[in-house]
Amino acid sequence: MASQLRLRSALALVTGAGSGIGRAVSARLAREGATVAACDVDGTAAQETVRLLDGSRSEEGAPGGNHAAFQADVSEARATRRLLEKVQASFSRPPSVVVSCAGITRDEFLLHMSEDDWDQVIDVNLKGIFLVTQAAAQALVSSGCHGSIINISSIVGKVGNIGQINYAASKAGVIGLTQTAARELGRHGIRCNSVLPGFIATPMTEKMPQKVKDKVIGMIPMGHWGNPEDVADVVAFLASEDSGYITGASVEVTGGLFM
Amino acid sequence: MNKVCAIFGGSRGIGRAVAQLMAQKGYRLAIIARNLEVAKAAAGDLGGNHLAFSCDVAKEHDVQNTFEEMEKHLGQVNFLVNAAGINRDSLLVRTKTEDMISQLNTNLLGSMLTCKAAMRTMIQQQGGSIVNVGSIIGLKGNSGQSVYSASKGGLVGFSRALAKEVARKKIRVNVVAPGFVHTDMTKDLKEEQLKKSIPLGRFGETIEVAHAIVFLLESPYITGHVLVVDGGLQLVV
Repeated sequence: MASQLRLRSALALVTGAGSGIGRAVSARLAREGATVAACDVDGTAAQETVRLLDGSRSEEGAPGGNHAAFQADVSEARATRRLLEKVQASFSRPPSVVVSCAGITRDEFLLHMSEDDWDQVIDVNLKGIFLVTQAAAQALVSSGCHGSIINISSIVGKVGNIGQINYAASKAGVIGLTQTAARELGRHGIRCNSVLPGFIATPMTEKMPQKVKDKVIGMIPMGHWGNPEDVADVVAFLASEDSGYITGASVEVTGGLFM
Repeated sequence: MNKVCAIFGGSRGIGRAVAQLMAQKGYRLAIIARNLEVAKAAAGDLGGNHLAFSCDVAKEHDVQNTFEEMEKHLGQVNFLVNAAGINRDSLLVRTKTEDMISQLNTNLLGSMLTCKAAMRTMIQQQGGSIVNVGSIIGLKGNSGQSVYSASKGGLVGFSRALAKEVARKKIRVNVVAPGFVHTDMTKDLKEEQLKKSIPLGRFGETIEVAHAIVFLLESPYITGHVLVVDGGLQLVV
């Protein structure tokens, strides 16, 4: 829903902002008035996202401060700590909206999966979200600020998926992590929720074999894939005060798939 | 698609808060309640030209008449909110059969009847969005609320089945599951005691549930979902 400015004066940190869902989230939060700190392991992609945000803003004359790009590999503890320090230094405050979209796949059947493929996906998708959630929560709690932490999980975390045992485990882990964070941080006014997208048209799913993609469409009640803006719509709601009584929730945005 | 929304139970509590929010957003509303005077007063408070109707959702004839009247005076209804609910708390061994029947009729059968009545128009119009107001009690249960829990839990199964049935017709069906919210229904609860177990440390306000309902009505890729609005309570009960 355009023409809402629910996030005026909010500072939003978005990881995985260089493409796909992360980029769409950055655009939607900016359009609702947030200042966006766009972070990606690919620094150039993050800068491109900021360029797009600045371009839209000057077209529409929309408000909001200066968006900025950051490069960090969220699976590294030191890099993540530095990321939060740099964001806080650039904007003189911690981000009150934190959206973890950074994620990878290394698909393989259980019987053949390498230890490396397992470790990499767990490191980025689960440990990375732990590190970002922790660093952001520490910054918010020590400055007494309220906040909204939104972690992108996946419907695959709920029901599994053939060939994605590492991805499914990492995304299921995100749900447990986020629920725990919600229980621990509720007293500090920090809400924590997960979003569970279904099949969304992004670089991550582009890689899927066409035969599989065609089969999937038949299983989606709404009959079509989602686009990143559909997920961004959910994130914008959870980021805003409109969702002020929602914490510890897992919101599915799947066109009804695997409800 | 025009923006006409029918809110059953729209005269008080959560339904009334939804009406206020949707009026602000430019929807044209039908406020439906058993008591016509209260419904008219609520519609009047909204300003604009919203209409009030009297209807007992447990009576199929009432529901059909109401939809005919709405179509005549407001136009095709593409958005439906089922917020009419009652509860009659009691341990099961002490529950009166008539209280079982009335809770099931109002909370569950009523929503099924309104959805059925709305369906033909929504299919013809090739689009629509429905939100049924459930409860976390319907998901987790609560001592003294076994029948209420059944009536609200049943809404989840119903809504998901309907969502699958009509998804290809571009109609979405979702459930909002509130926790403890400040309304007439919760006014006799021991709030100070109950607050302590809620992660956000407080009861919710009707406007917060209303925002969640409007979000579900409008978000384009969500159907068959149960959105919990409970301050984190579902994680601790």
